[in-house]
Amino acid sequence: MTRFSAWNVFWNGVTGQKGWSRQWRDPEPKPRYDVVIIGGGLHGLATAYYLAKNHGIRNIAVLEKGWIGGGNAGRNTTIVRSNYTQPGNREFYENSLNLWEELSHELNYNVMFSQRSHITLLHSPGAVDATARNYNTMRLTGNADVEIWSLEQLQEAVPHLNYGADARFPIMGAAVHKRAGTARHDAVIWGYARAADQLGVDIIQNCEVTAILRDGDKVTAIETSRGKITTDKVGLAVAGNSSRLWNMAGMRHLPIESHKLQAFVSEPLKPLLDQVVVFGMGGAHFYISQSDKGGMVFGGDLDWYKSYAQKGNLPIVQDVAEAAMSVMPCLGRVRLLRHWSGVVDMSMDGSHFICKTPVDNLYLNAGWNYGGFKATPASGTYFADLIANDRPDKVIANHDLKRFERGLQLDERGAGPDPKLHG
Amino acid sequence: MIRIPCPFCGTRDHSEFAYGGDGAIIYPDLDAPMQDWHDAVFQRENICGRQVETWQHVNGCRMWLLVERDTMTHEIYSVRPAHPDMAQALEVTA
Repeated sequence: MTRFSAWNVFWNGVTGQKGWSRQWRDPEPKPRYDVVIIGGGLHGLATAYYLAKNHGIRNIAVLEKGWIGGGNAGRNTTIVRSNYTQPGNREFYENSLNLWEELSHELNYNVMFSQRSHITLLHSPGAVDATARNYNTMRLTGNADVEIWSLEQLQEAVPHLNYGADARFPIMGAAVHKRAGTARHDAVIWGYARAADQLGVDIIQNCEVTAILRDGDKVTAIETSRGKITTDKVGLAVAGNSSRLWNMAGMRHLPIESHKLQAFVSEPLKPLLDQVVVFGMGGAHFYISQSDKGGMVFGGDLDWYKSYAQKGNLPIVQDVAEAAMSVMPCLGRVRLLRHWSGVVDMSMDGSHFICKTPVDNLYLNAGWNYGGFKATPASGTYFADLIANDRPDKVIANHDLKRFERGLQLDERGAGPDPKLHG
Repeated sequence: MIRIPCPFCGTRDHSEFAYGGDGAIIYPDLDAPMQDWHDAVFQRENICGRQVETWQHVNGCRMWLLVERDTMTHEIYSVRPAHPDMAQALEVTA
């Protein structure tokens, strides 16, 4: 495997680009592995990478039904932030952001992480006060880069939002998280795949799990479309389809519903928006950033009903377009290039699960709601630690399936136990 | 767009309706053990395929409905009132 470096880019530039090899192998599945990770998405590959790197476990397979980058890894809106307030969540996402800042070096792969700041628009005195309270909590607990901006500061930084007096929701100010930003999602998953493969992880694509075989409280083997694999430990990282794999493992209920979330990208434009801007008001929800290629990348709410179909409905396209026009009227003539939908695990409190399960050697990574992309490095780190050491780190101690029994909900929005409301 | 045949109003676009959730849940008695309430409130079967779910026709008759729908294909198999007694009582009053 050729290492990426300025010298190698230069050398291959003058020698006809002949020195590059494929980024990861395409191995046949072996009959036995120490650890099998089901799901070759961002979290599955990150978990395999950190298992190999931090815990020295090298005999690992990552099983992917489709191809690397074909699921939610390539369907998100690429936003990375850590402005969470609930204990556990804030440490988790702050650690994740710290890992993001070093990720390109860590993986020797340019993930194009751009800390362009994340700006939440505020439209009422109540919203300003509530956000100030949340941001004060974050500052007191270690996330010091969040601040509240006045309207004047916002207008100077982002001049082309709708500041008109006749706006449906006039802007009063903004909550700003400066270290937040975006990364190129394809590069992140390719980077993790390449780095995991270099450490000996077998990435097996087009390999659908068809059964999880159990002997009492232990998983003994996995039946797949490419043969049977025996293993000591199994990690599920299949957000969107967690319940289906949970059923295969012989269990029935999870505190999760599968919903679909759409995302959109416009034709490429010249530089227009240098931040991530978020609008949420009166039932509307909209977030937008500009990719390095120039496309405006944006999204809104869920499709509002449970679904496993990876296709979006048209009323949401209309809602998102309306929100776009109310926030950035200058987008009115911009043409939509693509829109798509991914299936997400919406959990009962809007927070995730990285935990042990009633089956001894089966570990669960699920319930990522809207937040899976930004969580990738921390999710992989903590899930690998859980699988290797068979106990949760204290940061994820409450991210288990039993928290509701203890009366604990990690509910950032205070929306209650209705999965579709945790957007 | 999903088209939902409302038993009171006829077939309408799903954008007239609000999605409730899993319609198979039976809430326990108020004095039932904590575990029963935990399961009813927090645990979901999350079926991929045919499931019964609740929808409310908010921009129509405002009745709650039980809709049998495929969560992968979105095909609707049946729609019936969630509270048939209430529907009947309203009709008699009207």
